[in-house]
Amino acid sequence: MLGYYLELAIRSLRRNVVLTTLMVAAVGVGIGTSMTVMTTLMAMSGNPIPGKSKQLFVPQIDNWGVKSHRSVSDAEFVPTQLSYRDVTAFMSAHVGVRQAAMYSLGLNVNPAVGTPFPAIGRATYRDFFGMFEVPFLSGTVWGQAEDNRREKVVVLSSRLADRAFPQVDPIGLTISLGGRDYRVVGVIRPWTPTPRYYDLSVAFGETEDFYLPFTTAIDEQIESNGPFICAGEGEVAQGWPGRVNSECVWLQFWVELPTLAYVRNFRSFLQGYAANQQQSGRFHWPPWVQLQDVTDWIASKDNHVVPQGIRINALMTVGFLVVCLVNAIALMLAKFATRRVEFAIRRAMGATRVDLLLQCLTESLIVGLIGGVLGLGLTAAGLGGLRALHGVIGTQSAMGHLYSQNIEAVLVTLVVAVIATGCSALYPSLRASRVQSGLQIRAL
Amino acid sequence: MSNGIVNLPPLLRTLRRNRTGPILIGIQIALTLVIVCNCMFIIQQYLRHMNSPTGIDEANIFTLTNAWLVTPNDLEARIKGDLAAIRAMPGVLDAVATLSYPLAGYEASISISPAPGPRQPHAGVHLYDVDEHGLAAYGLKLVAGRWFTSTEVLSVPFDERRFPAETVVTAALATRLFRTANALGQVFYFDPDHPCRIVGIVERAHNAVVSYRDEDSIFLPVLPLNNALNYIVRSWPGQQASVLQSVGRTLYSLSRQRVIQNMRPYSTTRHRAYTEDRANAVMLGVVCVLMLSVTAFGVIGLTAYWVTQRRQHIGMRRALGARRVDIFKQFQAENLLIASAGSLAGIVAGLACNLWLLSKLDGLQRMSPAYIFMVAIIVIVLCQFAVLGPSFRAAAISPAQAIRNL
Repeated sequence: MLGYYLELAIRSLRRNVVLTTLMVAAVGVGIGTSMTVMTTLMAMSGNPIPGKSKQLFVPQIDNWGVKSHRSVSDAEFVPTQLSYRDVTAFMSAHVGVRQAAMYSLGLNVNPAVGTPFPAIGRATYRDFFGMFEVPFLSGTVWGQAEDNRREKVVVLSSRLADRAFPQVDPIGLTISLGGRDYRVVGVIRPWTPTPRYYDLSVAFGETEDFYLPFTTAIDEQIESNGPFICAGEGEVAQGWPGRVNSECVWLQFWVELPTLAYVRNFRSFLQGYAANQQQSGRFHWPPWVQLQDVTDWIASKDNHVVPQGIRINALMTVGFLVVCLVNAIALMLAKFATRRVEFAIRRAMGATRVDLLLQCLTESLIVGLIGGVLGLGLTAAGLGGLRALHGVIGTQSAMGHLYSQNIEAVLVTLVVAVIATGCSALYPSLRASRVQSGLQIRAL
Repeated sequence: MSNGIVNLPPLLRTLRRNRTGPILIGIQIALTLVIVCNCMFIIQQYLRHMNSPTGIDEANIFTLTNAWLVTPNDLEARIKGDLAAIRAMPGVLDAVATLSYPLAGYEASISISPAPGPRQPHAGVHLYDVDEHGLAAYGLKLVAGRWFTSTEVLSVPFDERRFPAETVVTAALATRLFRTANALGQVFYFDPDHPCRIVGIVERAHNAVVSYRDEDSIFLPVLPLNNALNYIVRSWPGQQASVLQSVGRTLYSLSRQRVIQNMRPYSTTRHRAYTEDRANAVMLGVVCVLMLSVTAFGVIGLTAYWVTQRRQHIGMRRALGARRVDIFKQFQAENLLIASAGSLAGIVAGLACNLWLLSKLDGLQRMSPAYIFMVAIIVIVLCQFAVLGPSFRAAAISPAQAIRNL
């Protein structure tokens, strides 16, 4: 039966090529445009660590008193990073299964051969790698002992390893970073969680090229390369000791809490900690804390992960898709209406209304499918255009990920195309199948 | 029917008899109007944003980032040495060292308040470090007061915070803080213990980061003693290419223990700063063009179908004495009626959509009704053009040919 519908549908679509082309083009253009934006939006708000996004948590604490008594102007917000004194307190409390404080570094690499070049890195604890499932190419992460002893060890990205040690296994060798030598203990594979949830100050960028023990970086007074934000009361930071004792925020802290019991435990620890800070006189305001998992953290308004422009575009292109579908409905109505006589004859010869309805829907779904395939091509072109506009070369980089189709996006595109066309075909098909056989034949 | 005016009642009757098609076209036109006018309005704001002047001599400035391999102990002398060497280069007008500069993409910001005390309203401002050469190095336009003198410039190590007692601000910020552009001599506070007096006002200086508020910037007489610093170099007109080529050599001849990167003319900085805005504007522009074409082709397709469907009707009217021009006018008028009704709905919905967007998004402005009327007229005219083809075909139907099939 389906074969028969298909045959009829194709014959009818070929009979009026102009109308068919208009319908396919409308669906295709609408799908292509909206999916171009939606693919980017999906990548931007995607889940960077699907298996553990509900087990990794980031605490926030209002150490500026923003929430309670300062006038809130547009320049003010609850800190999304933490002060040094708070992260050290969290690290030593050791409430989660794994935890890591971290901050961004920028140091010059001075390779044995060739000219020096700058690189971005991160100071963190060994748990960073296990917690975030960082894949290793060779070697392994430094141990607990190195964290405690503040040793000069480093984990490199494969990109930096290739550049600084061409054709040599760097494990055990030393590399000069910022004028100091570090022993290479591990090299990681290319790894680009998108968005880069653990430090959203650069939400869509490359991951780091080197990782140092946090304690070592602090010991050597290496300054942060990321946002360093001072507000609130308290003394003004002077020198490195002032900096680490200040209320300035510049660090991130993540904790792995695998079960609800752990989460509850950490939450009560956090509340108790903040209350303590008030009692001890550090905060003159009621404690405000928040604990969010990866998903909530990315969606949080304070982080601005998805730019406003993209949201406007998404809205406008979805509106455009609706216009295209309304257009397709009108054209389908017209198309089915020209075939009233044909439908009447089929009714007279014994076809039921359901038969006619199914035939109309089959025809529309073919239009939807062809439109969807056209839309796929247009989406690819649109994403290529966006890559060019953003000056992104290739699709392998972190930015490239945002503007490239994956299997998921392709499937979504096709499904959206077929469902959208199917829905818009419903009314025209219903109307067409309600034809009165006698009336139409008499008019012949 | 013989005069120039189309008879309205029969027209309405035809439309009423065949409701669904016209309603759908009307809805489509309304939606098109809503989206196109909002898109065009947002594009216009992007364009204005992208073309906003920075207040500096963009044509003759280039920037570079200098970082020392190992922070030298005599950092201050090194930076001063670099600046002196660059300033002495032929073709260079002046140069200055800073952490951040207009449209740099990263900011150094600080919270200031027009009055002392912890609960005063305050504003986050972008700050630019300059020495006595800053005015010439940026090519800023000083509209009131004076620039800094060399004795006022403080050398501030990266991990210390020192607050100068003098500042130069933009006219926009002066107005915002003190409700007058003539804010010379006024004082604002970094904190209750650190007042800062406005000694000069520049016409404009764009923020370091693109956002919807453009000119909340202040200049402070500070030499930041950071390992990595940006050097802003302004050359004499026409000299930039040669200076760009030789500045690296000049700096390396002082010391090779450094990394120089991001050396680029200011035009590149501007281009990069507005990448996102430009991409969004292009995207919305494409949506507008596609949307108008889809609607135009939809109108053509549907009208063509109506013409086919009403062949006999048209033939009959022709046989009864209607002229070709009457038939032509009928189809044009029919479309005009549908498009006008759709546009009316679209104008109302478009303004509502704009208001809704305003409540959701930052930095957007209210759309003037005149603007949406203009877009409505464009859409109506476009539809009139789209319907021309089918109308001509309808008018070409001969009475005999149409009635033969009866």
